[in-house]
Amino acid sequence: MSGTSEIAEPPSGSETVRRFRADQTAGLGEELRDLVRHGHLLQSLVVRDLTVRYKRSIIGFLWTMLHPLLLTLIFVLIFSAFFRFAIEHYAVYFLSAFLGWNFFAQSTSAAMSSIAWNGMLMKQVRAPRSIFPLSTTISGLVNLLLSMIPLLIIMRIQGIPIRPSILFLPVSFTLLAIFALGVSLALYSLAVFFVDVREMYIVLLSALMYLTPIIYPIEIVPEKFLWIVKMNPLRYLLETLRAPIYYGIIPPVRTLGISAGVAVFALVVGWLAFRRLSPRFYAHL
Amino acid sequence: MNAIEFHGIGVRHPLVHRRVPTLKEWLINRGATETVDNWFWALKDVSFSVEKGDTLGIVGGNGAGKSTLLRVAAGIITPSHGEAIVRGTLAPLIELGTGFDGELTGLENIYFNGALLGRTKAEITARMPYIVEFADIGAFIDAPLRTYSTGMVSRLAFSIATTIEPDILLLDEILSVGDATFKSKCADRIRSFRDQGTTILLVSHDLKALEDMCAKTLWIERGSVREYGPSAEVIERYLEESEAAAEASADVELPDFDTSDQESVEG
Repeated sequence: MSGTSEIAEPPSGSETVRRFRADQTAGLGEELRDLVRHGHLLQSLVVRDLTVRYKRSIIGFLWTMLHPLLLTLIFVLIFSAFFRFAIEHYAVYFLSAFLGWNFFAQSTSAAMSSIAWNGMLMKQVRAPRSIFPLSTTISGLVNLLLSMIPLLIIMRIQGIPIRPSILFLPVSFTLLAIFALGVSLALYSLAVFFVDVREMYIVLLSALMYLTPIIYPIEIVPEKFLWIVKMNPLRYLLETLRAPIYYGIIPPVRTLGISAGVAVFALVVGWLAFRRLSPRFYAHL
Repeated sequence: MNAIEFHGIGVRHPLVHRRVPTLKEWLINRGATETVDNWFWALKDVSFSVEKGDTLGIVGGNGAGKSTLLRVAAGIITPSHGEAIVRGTLAPLIELGTGFDGELTGLENIYFNGALLGRTKAEITARMPYIVEFADIGAFIDAPLRTYSTGMVSRLAFSIATTIEPDILLLDEILSVGDATFKSKCADRIRSFRDQGTTILLVSHDLKALEDMCAKTLWIERGSVREYGPSAEVIERYLEESEAAAEASADVELPDFDTSDQESVEG
């Protein structure tokens, strides 16, 4: 049973002609053109994500920035109380990687949580199906950018110089976003079919967070567990954030190379899974 | 020129007898649950075409496949067999208000729904006064949608879908919502659309309205085309058969609840 799909012909005259038929699979090019055509919908989905979340709260958008700050406070207290490993400017050390982690964790799980509501939309109108996981990744990215503001403020307060290396961040964000989108596409496809994927993933996420050097430096990991932490692809992606922010350097070529490879690999796998499974979404929504 | 063509369209869904599927189960069964050999055919070999500017009525019993047919035309369901060709922009009104968000205001929802229907922000802004006026929801336009009554939500949805001027309009049981005033407003608007040359597919159980508005009617029965032709004839035969079926089922005797028997059990 091959996938089903549709092709849109270029408009003849002023008119769009759409053909919906069984025996074709949507190509990447067609999906991208379709996404561009639905630019306003993508924008609306992102705006909706960002506004609805805080609609009923008094300080609204400020939560996006307050949330990482409060978490930092907790971790700074725990870290200074329980660990003997001293890290200079721990708050910045922690935040520079944690904000990236937070983006990854939130956007990938939000992609799955949004299925119920998106399912209703998908039953009512036609839109490129990848628009929904794409929109959660983009709104996560907006939140990530906003959460950079309190980080910069902390850096100013602690007197850490903000170096030109910070201009490298757009590249780091892009790599992380590509990775998150790939994982979102794969998880979204799975979660449409299986209700327990989300629950499993949430558990997996909290384990993964402690297996990634975010709250602790990799140096304190005991030798025999080191391989687990080293195998974790997120380590490299988060390092591309920590290097320009905390260390004030452009990430090493090796880190960048692995990050880019992992990100592209995730996107390719995610897209292939999504393309294969998305024609069957409707029956399971 | 045809606005819509269906060539041997078939839509099948897996008949799911199992409980809520979990990944854990699937892994244990090594994907065995995915080999479905029990399919439900929501549509079977459906072929028809609608001329540009025509209004087509669609009748059939519950679960006959009317909404599935509209969803295939809208590109929401990809067919398992055959090919559907759709020429022109299309606005589906299949489940009223499903694209709305309770937390957003009426105004925000109009933009969001317009985007869902493929319109740009500027296009929606230009039509905003007409949408608001036709929906007739007054000051509620700036209130969150969760404070709206069901009728207000339906009016807003209908107003948006019809004000953005699609080439093809798909309407599923629209005439059955709203109060009498709004119903007649809807009917007027559908007629004016028809006069402007908009192609309309209209699913309704209101046979009188269908006969009145549609030149041709398609009768769907258990996923297949039963009849396709001039509304008056198709609807007459559909009515005859429905009445015959109703009489037949009325003849079936219902088992009596013997009250004395129950008393004796209780006693």
